[in-house]
Amino acid sequence: MKSILGIFAVLAIALGPTNFLGQSLDPALLTKPATDAWPTYGGDYSQRRYSILKQINQTNIKNLGLAWTDALPTGANPGGFFGPGADATIIGGEAKEAAAPGGFPLRVGGAILQVNGILYVSAPDNAWAVDARTGTVLWHYFWKTKGGTHIGNRGMAMVGDWLFFETPDDYLISLEAKTGKERWHKEIADFNQEYFSTAAPIAVGNHLIVGTGDDLDSPGFLQSFDPATGELQWKYYTVPMKEGDPGLDTWKNLDAARHGGAQTWMPGSYDPETHLYVFSTGNPTPAYTNETRGEGDNLYTCSLIALNVDTGKMSWYFQTSPHDTHDWDSTQSPVFADAIFNGKPRKLVLQATRNGYFFVIDRTTGEHLLTSKYAESANWAARVDKRGEPVRDPAKDSLPAGTLVSPDNGGATNWPPPSFDPDTGLFYVQLREIYAMYYLTESNPRLVTGLGGKEEDAVGSLGTSIVAIDYKNGKIAWKYRFPGGSSSPIGITGLLTTAGKLLFSSDMTGNLVAYDPLTGTPLWHTRIGAISNAPETYMLDGQQYVLVAVGTSLFSFRLGQ
Amino acid sequence: MHAYPVRSPEDPAAVARGKQTFGVSCGFCHGSDARGGETGPNLVRSQLVLDDQHGETIAPTIMNGRVDRGMPKFDFDMAQVADIAAFIHSLSSSTRGEAISPPVNIVVGDAKAGEAYFNGAGKCSSCHSATGDLAGIGSKHDPKTLQNLVLSGGGGRPSNLAGAPASHVPPTTVTVSFPGGQKYEGRLDHLDAFDVSLTSGDETYHSFAIHGAVPQVVVHNPLQQHLDMLPTIKDADIHNLTAYLVTLK
Repeated sequence: MKSILGIFAVLAIALGPTNFLGQSLDPALLTKPATDAWPTYGGDYSQRRYSILKQINQTNIKNLGLAWTDALPTGANPGGFFGPGADATIIGGEAKEAAAPGGFPLRVGGAILQVNGILYVSAPDNAWAVDARTGTVLWHYFWKTKGGTHIGNRGMAMVGDWLFFETPDDYLISLEAKTGKERWHKEIADFNQEYFSTAAPIAVGNHLIVGTGDDLDSPGFLQSFDPATGELQWKYYTVPMKEGDPGLDTWKNLDAARHGGAQTWMPGSYDPETHLYVFSTGNPTPAYTNETRGEGDNLYTCSLIALNVDTGKMSWYFQTSPHDTHDWDSTQSPVFADAIFNGKPRKLVLQATRNGYFFVIDRTTGEHLLTSKYAESANWAARVDKRGEPVRDPAKDSLPAGTLVSPDNGGATNWPPPSFDPDTGLFYVQLREIYAMYYLTESNPRLVTGLGGKEEDAVGSLGTSIVAIDYKNGKIAWKYRFPGGSSSPIGITGLLTTAGKLLFSSDMTGNLVAYDPLTGTPLWHTRIGAISNAPETYMLDGQQYVLVAVGTSLFSFRLGQ
Repeated sequence: MHAYPVRSPEDPAAVARGKQTFGVSCGFCHGSDARGGETGPNLVRSQLVLDDQHGETIAPTIMNGRVDRGMPKFDFDMAQVADIAAFIHSLSSSTRGEAISPPVNIVVGDAKAGEAYFNGAGKCSSCHSATGDLAGIGSKHDPKTLQNLVLSGGGGRPSNLAGAPASHVPPTTVTVSFPGGQKYEGRLDHLDAFDVSLTSGDETYHSFAIHGAVPQVVVHNPLQQHLDMLPTIKDADIHNLTAYLVTLK
């Protein structure tokens, strides 16, 4: 308790009584364009990752420099320097001893919240509060894991004074934002069935929307919990679970549907006017063989789905990759835009999916408006059908003798977030153009579960790029290929645009770069290493900051004096 | 690699008894390997089975049946159910594991057609020779490695090209030219939009800032022709080339 009291005292002095009382999150922040906070995964509910801030702009970007950098303490006994008062890591978890993370280096890969001058940072099994002005660590929470795939953590959610995050061994944990002290933890999926949870929860009113994931033939679902108590409010399965469920006729049988995947890996976007929560689902399982799945579309895998957030009932769906056979989930960010389409103002959702296609959908009705191919190299689809859905070419499935397919399993893009800039009308996404040979290695497909039965050998990369897509017609306005990016081991990590006419991105070779969003011309850069998450921005004390993570270090930038 | 609940090894005698019982009573619907039959589901990935330890979770289903889904009740005692559980739990439910069936032959192409493509439309012979650099290559590599080499030239990701030799591929080089006429050439170490670095032939390291078009930076990837063919080469040509290279013993 001593350390907890210590934090109280330090915060009270550092922030003053007004700020101290105002540390809790005002829910109204979530529905506005992000300015002085980054209160939810995408900055706001739209996930457009466009900030109206323009203190940092094309004219003065040359003066952008480091405000501070800090290496976060990690693990159960991190040692090293903590902030004043925070002299111990807070330990939670159901395991006696923490299991080894299984070869995934710890990194901050997801969103960092910034609320009232405090950053809330997460990585698998770890959470931190950090002073956004100085980089001082205020507390560190460590969860002793039972195991699970430690591939990443996409960020935390905040409701009032409470924080929420998910763990690889399938717990939803709630912490007190002020102290890092655990309020409760709740099991959200069955670890024995090899679920593992990486998603960032999303807070909507009195709902906490929680996704999870699995690679072993288990059904996907999305759950809503009461942020106060952790009580389950609704659970929506993304595949048919009983006779009579919609979509069952797109599977070979009920057993196939109930093992069909459609995981909810990533957070959705929310429209406060319609109460629709729009999210997207993962691939069908088994991923690379379809004999046990049947020849149908395998609903609702690889789909955009709109749920009423109050009831958990589906309003509409659109399938972006019917009957996927390459483990290309469609869980890329559904980006909301209120924009003109065919001469009329529309409420749109835009999505560039892992399979190389870009979609424009009316987010109120689900009406399909446009499909285009943004990955020139994508060669797996024979055509786009009259529904606007790409139709797979079975000759490009994994076959015993091998097939040359682009993209590789990592996809044309992946979960790192794209950005939509309403000033340019362009949708920006990071594009990977890699070719791989896909082999079916199991001659008896009924033996295959999960991701088994195939081998995928990458044979060449045409490079990694940022592409700017005109949402009105799907055409590529420009494409910037990162020099040196095709041979880089650094992955894509996502984008940010601002009203300062800037597009921020990692360049895959260690630089944080600001580009001209109209042309893709680099305007500013700083080489800070293997950037691991998408840049964010917010205003603090009248100064605009840009924040990005490199592994478990944070880098905060602002204009020089 | 993936830290999921690890079961302690089952008692072999229990597995053997369970396999026998399963084969007699369950295999007709669920398949003798428990991976699903005409009417019964795959039990290896069953949520009920994954949650089970020693038969306690599956026992009610076995003893009561699932009459609505056509599964009768079985008059087994708990010891027999535990044996059945031991047998099912002894089977792999790995999501990423190796194939269970024997390896398949990937050589399906026509060697003659592959030879014609090699010397003709594929333009492979403009750099390679069946009696020169590729002599005996069919003895050096298994067919899958050969096929991947056809495409990558050895430049694929090593982690995915197990056993494929990349060492004989010359490194990517770069030429850096300044308006004054100075020129630096060597192995490319790093390139982004702002800096380039290289190691020249005398093992001297050089790095230069890039400002717009100065200096001029030209990268030479020895595998560029392999990359250039990826968007257009047909699977049939790949398979035929592999069948041809396999004959170069």
